Amino acid sequence: MKTDAYEAVIGLEVHAHMLTRSKLFCGCATEFGAPPNHNVCPVCMAMPGVLPVLNRHVVELAIRTGLAAHSEIAPHSVFARKSYFYPDLPKGYQISQYDEPLCRGGYIELAARQDGEPRRIRLVRIHLEEDAGKNIHAESASLVDFNRSGVPLMEIVSEPDLRSPEEAVAYLRELRGILVAVGASDGKMEEGSLRCDVNVSVRPRDATELGARTEIKNLNSFRFVEKAIVYEVNRQIEEIAAGRRIAQETHLWDPEREVTRPMRSKEFANDYRYFPEPDLPPLIVPPDLVEKIKAEMPDLPAQQREKYARDFGLTTYEVSVLLGRNDLGDYFVNVLAQGINAKTAANWIMTEVLRAVNESAQPLEKAAPQPQETGALLRMVEDSRISLNAAKSAFAAMCRSGKGAQATVAELGLAQVSDEAAIAEACDRVLAAEGAKLAEYRAGREKLYGFFVGAVMKAMGGKGNPKVVNEVLRRKLAG
Amino acid sequence: MGSELNRLTISEARERLRRREITSRELTRDCLERIAALEPRLNAFITVCETEAMAQAAEADRRLAQSDAPSLCGIPLGIKDIYCTRGVRTTCASKILGNFTPPFDATVIEKLRAEGAVFVGKANMDEFAMGSSTENSAFGPTRNPHDLERVAGGSSGGSAAAVAADECLASLGTDTGGSIRLPASFCGVVGIKPTYSRVSRYGVVAYASSLDQVGPLARTVRDAAAVLRAVAGADPRDSTCSARPVPDYERALSGEVRGMRIGVPREYFVEGMDGAVEGAVRGALKRLESMGARTVEISLPHTDYAVAAYYLIATAEASANLARYDGVRYGLRAGADNNIELYNRTRAQGFGAEVKRRIMLGTFALSAGYYDAYYLKAQKVRTLIRRDFERAFESCDLVAAPVAPTTAFRLGEKTGDPLKMYLSDIFTISVNLAGLPAMSVPCGADEGALPIGLQLIGPPFGEEAILRAGDAWERAGGFARRAPQL
Repeated sequence: MKTDAYEAVIGLEVHAHMLTRSKLFCGCATEFGAPPNHNVCPVCMAMPGVLPVLNRHVVELAIRTGLAAHSEIAPHSVFARKSYFYPDLPKGYQISQYDEPLCRGGYIELAARQDGEPRRIRLVRIHLEEDAGKNIHAESASLVDFNRSGVPLMEIVSEPDLRSPEEAVAYLRELRGILVAVGASDGKMEEGSLRCDVNVSVRPRDATELGARTEIKNLNSFRFVEKAIVYEVNRQIEEIAAGRRIAQETHLWDPEREVTRPMRSKEFANDYRYFPEPDLPPLIVPPDLVEKIKAEMPDLPAQQREKYARDFGLTTYEVSVLLGRNDLGDYFVNVLAQGINAKTAANWIMTEVLRAVNESAQPLEKAAPQPQETGALLRMVEDSRISLNAAKSAFAAMCRSGKGAQATVAELGLAQVSDEAAIAEACDRVLAAEGAKLAEYRAGREKLYGFFVGAVMKAMGGKGNPKVVNEVLRRKLAG
Repeated sequence: MGSELNRLTISEARERLRRREITSRELTRDCLERIAALEPRLNAFITVCETEAMAQAAEADRRLAQSDAPSLCGIPLGIKDIYCTRGVRTTCASKILGNFTPPFDATVIEKLRAEGAVFVGKANMDEFAMGSSTENSAFGPTRNPHDLERVAGGSSGGSAAAVAADECLASLGTDTGGSIRLPASFCGVVGIKPTYSRVSRYGVVAYASSLDQVGPLARTVRDAAAVLRAVAGADPRDSTCSARPVPDYERALSGEVRGMRIGVPREYFVEGMDGAVEGAVRGALKRLESMGARTVEISLPHTDYAVAAYYLIATAEASANLARYDGVRYGLRAGADNNIELYNRTRAQGFGAEVKRRIMLGTFALSAGYYDAYYLKAQKVRTLIRRDFERAFESCDLVAAPVAPTTAFRLGEKTGDPLKMYLSDIFTISVNLAGLPAMSVPCGADEGALPIGLQLIGPPFGEEAILRAGDAWERAGGFARRAPQL
């Protein structure tokens, strides 16, 4: 930010696609990537006379999320119709929750940074709603794909408690971690599973009143969220410094030019004419359902972080890397299952595995071997059957070929030779060939020891187990 | 006209079908012949399903031959064109759905198919069930079989006229503010609007979701009871549908009304009411008293606000329900260069005047700044009207009233004055707002031989009580139905 005289005030509205097999109000599949208009039925195409039936699993996932965020789970909540015309909205209204949402209040705690206290970001609400279809503009016509029509969304609205772009991203990461942990979302922002609208205003640092805010839409990556907020905060400060007023308006993030631009008023000036959805009775959540879900709550990110640090003796940094992606934590646990030391496993994942992922630009499951195979490879290192360097070569080969640890080590001939007889034989050959040096050594030139080790290893093609080589060689040298 | 099996009641027809004295094909053919003869004058049907009906009748005859026959097996019915019927055009009497053929059946249609019923055609109606005379149909008005210059009532006018004119044995209508009871009264047939939630609304084109209810029209109370039983009951596809078990309504028809307390609301006998209507209703009540029922005067003090509340709630819901007719996925699509033009032209060309009027009314009622004063206030009135009835049912078992202040009016008489038309429903609308069951049963005729209906209103899920009273009145000679002279 350009000046310290101002403070940013930021609130986030996050839309999360929910991890369910079927849609919010009908039985159609929610799978991603089906041919256009494949996962549709009379209900999600809004044929005349059809009626919505609420997906029970969606409600349970939302309650889990609400509990994770310390929200109050409303025993009585109401669906409403939000009316507007758009070709991808088949009913001409979206079924959403309006003045009586399922989860009310709550907060998300951000891990303490080095200097400060943990921060609590309060939530306004979490509610359920259905997604719209997708307009596709072809050259001579506009087409609509209704596969996404009726897919369940959860909208998580924060209070304007965030004070910097970094904090907004930290909040978003923590929220994503919670959504993934409770199984409500896959958290894949780049695939559109999470979409974020940001409300931004600025005010003089000593002010208590809020400034006029703009809403930035169309943010689908952490990077864009951060960049858009930085841009917008600076823009607002410049406007105010120039004596202009901030208009309360909606902006769109332009990822090409990395600027926000106001939407034409026509694009959002809607009177949504909300009223209670008469086709759905109020949603009644009995207390015993909440209790049942509470009893089955999985570990949340904060608890997981604590557990990793405590159980595996990892540093805060190591934990943050391993739990910073949805998939690394599971990978780590599966490597450990092969009896690998936690530090060894963590180091290996943070270097070798992440390198493979970054270099291939593929998802983890494609970029790296199965965690069982990585574990088997590290097991060989711990058992001194291969060297650490050999393991690195083998791992790189495994990433390319997809073959197992055993097969790769065998194929590349990386297995260490620990057999004393074989090593003794190699030592004898070296000593026989190097009679002069041997005499010098025995005469007291002990620094020749390294030369003999090197020679033996060379004679064994680098595969001699260094420990055994040392033992045998010292014995032979001693005569 | 040959055998005239089309004049049978369901009770008579199913006995004769079961005894193999007649076949469903003969019965259906007689109905189709009657339809062919009358339709040019009556216009009770938008679509006649001759081929499908004969195929259904043949299938019903097979089931009857195997003694695998549910109660409506082989019975020819008329279906209001508001029910989605797989493979058969469903227009809702609107140009906007003029070419729409649903790929699915409404739940009640599915149930009737399972029963082996035969569908002779899709009955005419007011466009999207908005109207009281069936004059708001894109396919021309239905005429009253008792006087072709008069309306059949609405919005289920085709369903009522077809039954009255013996084009089918019974029919399905829908009732949002009186749309079954009013045409039943005008055409001299029995019509039931069940408790809200008693029958599934899935696949019934929505007008006002919190008020719409499915119901039968028939020539006798017993016939109506048989059809109601077949269509009522829980539906996993309708979240507002009750899981309460469905009683065998015909069993409730004991003919006994002794000790029954019938409430007579003072607010339903008003100044300016047709003398013949009041006379017929009061006469019927006297008769029921002579059979052992007791009448008590009751008050429904918020009656005056019902029409206003109804036209806010129903139009608000309709404004959203009808938003889906946008020219994008099915139905009429007007040529256009962009979205806004597509909506404007499709809806301008596709909807009739009354539908447009109600969409505008409802859009206005829900608009920012007006919601509290209109929609919310109307919902409060709705609660008061419901409480009026709750209080009334503390002192009576059912309520009796006229269905409408007049008998069938002339075609065109009220089309120029929407408010006058809206007041046709003054006695029926409260029942929808309160979600109660009610029935129109013929109780007399005016000097022009136009039928008059008696309205019997029950407490929630009190269908059996009103059916018992209506049936008892019928058995006691009630009003001898006179077949219209056509």
